Amino acid sequence: MPDFSQLRFSELGHFWVYLAASPLLGLTLTLCAYVFAQWVYGKAKMSPLANPVLIAVAIVSLVLLASGMSYQRYFSGAQFVHFLLGPATVALAVPLARQVPRLRRHLFPLICALLSGCVTAIVSAVGVALLLGASPQLARTVAPKSATTPIAMAVSEHLGGVPALTAVMVIVTGIFGSITAKFLFNAMRVESHAARGLALGVAAHGVGTARAFQVSAEMGAYAGLGMGLNGVLTALIAPWLVPLMLGWMGR
Amino acid sequence: MLLAFALLLLFQCLGEGITFLFGLPVPGPVIGMLVLLAALVAFPRLHEVIEAGANELLRHLSLLYVPAGVGVIVAASSGRGQWLAIVAAVVVSTLATMAVTGVVLQALSKSEQPAREKRDA
Repeated sequence: MPDFSQLRFSELGHFWVYLAASPLLGLTLTLCAYVFAQWVYGKAKMSPLANPVLIAVAIVSLVLLASGMSYQRYFSGAQFVHFLLGPATVALAVPLARQVPRLRRHLFPLICALLSGCVTAIVSAVGVALLLGASPQLARTVAPKSATTPIAMAVSEHLGGVPALTAVMVIVTGIFGSITAKFLFNAMRVESHAARGLALGVAAHGVGTARAFQVSAEMGAYAGLGMGLNGVLTALIAPWLVPLMLGWMGR
Repeated sequence: MLLAFALLLLFQCLGEGITFLFGLPVPGPVIGMLVLLAALVAFPRLHEVIEAGANELLRHLSLLYVPAGVGVIVAASSGRGQWLAIVAAVVVSTLATMAVTGVVLQALSKSEQPAREKRDA
């Protein structure tokens, strides 16, 4: 008599190998983890502490760890979601265009806030890293961390940093900024949704912008503006500001 | 919806093309966003075509960062040394950037129109 339990287990194993080899599993896992994270986020009354990116990333990472699936294999499915970042960046023009009449009226404050935020992001990241004994290459890697991923990686490469490591820092920056923003703004008495949104977009790029859109359309539009313009500004400023700082600090 | 998505991809291609032609250090999608913004300002009727689709995509912007975020965990577990400097730089710099940007915009906007903002608060 055949051992049915043994048979079923080995078939399950085959089934898993078959599924894991196709992009379907990575994509399904990403969407299911995100749907669950959104549910938790809603249950937590949209508290920034229940950041859906963080929860979904934790679930997917745990599943990868438990099943032994490699990141490359996971990404062969998840890349379809990742690809949408491009069109989504373009789509930011839509809420932005709705705010154009207001932007025109506030052009001077916006330009000042953007410039000071962009310079603060680069100078403080490079400064703190160097003061704590990071190598110049690491300082170059962390410099563009507040810009959106594709810009940050391009800038890092241009500066002589490590683009893959920059991408890591960018995501950590985005999640950390989205979680802490509300508490920081409350403590600093930054109340207007315009100022909160712009600051989130400048400091925490797309992840911060996603959070801002969940709070209000106005905050989201300003965050999108901050993210887009800070990306462009970082690409323009970092290539000469970072070598200048490394020179000042004797590296 | 489909037309909106096609338009977004078209503007992304346009952005990539401009970046490639002029050798800009700015990524294609960001240029695409700026070109689309100019187009929307110049032709406001474009809003009707693209708005619903674009907003649907932006509503789930968080989802799009999940695959890259998982890569973070993979990279972090294989990382070596200097993590204190990196973590401190990210934490301090992110808080400082948010504080400076928010405070500067709020301070300058208030000085421009003090009466209305006061009543809102």
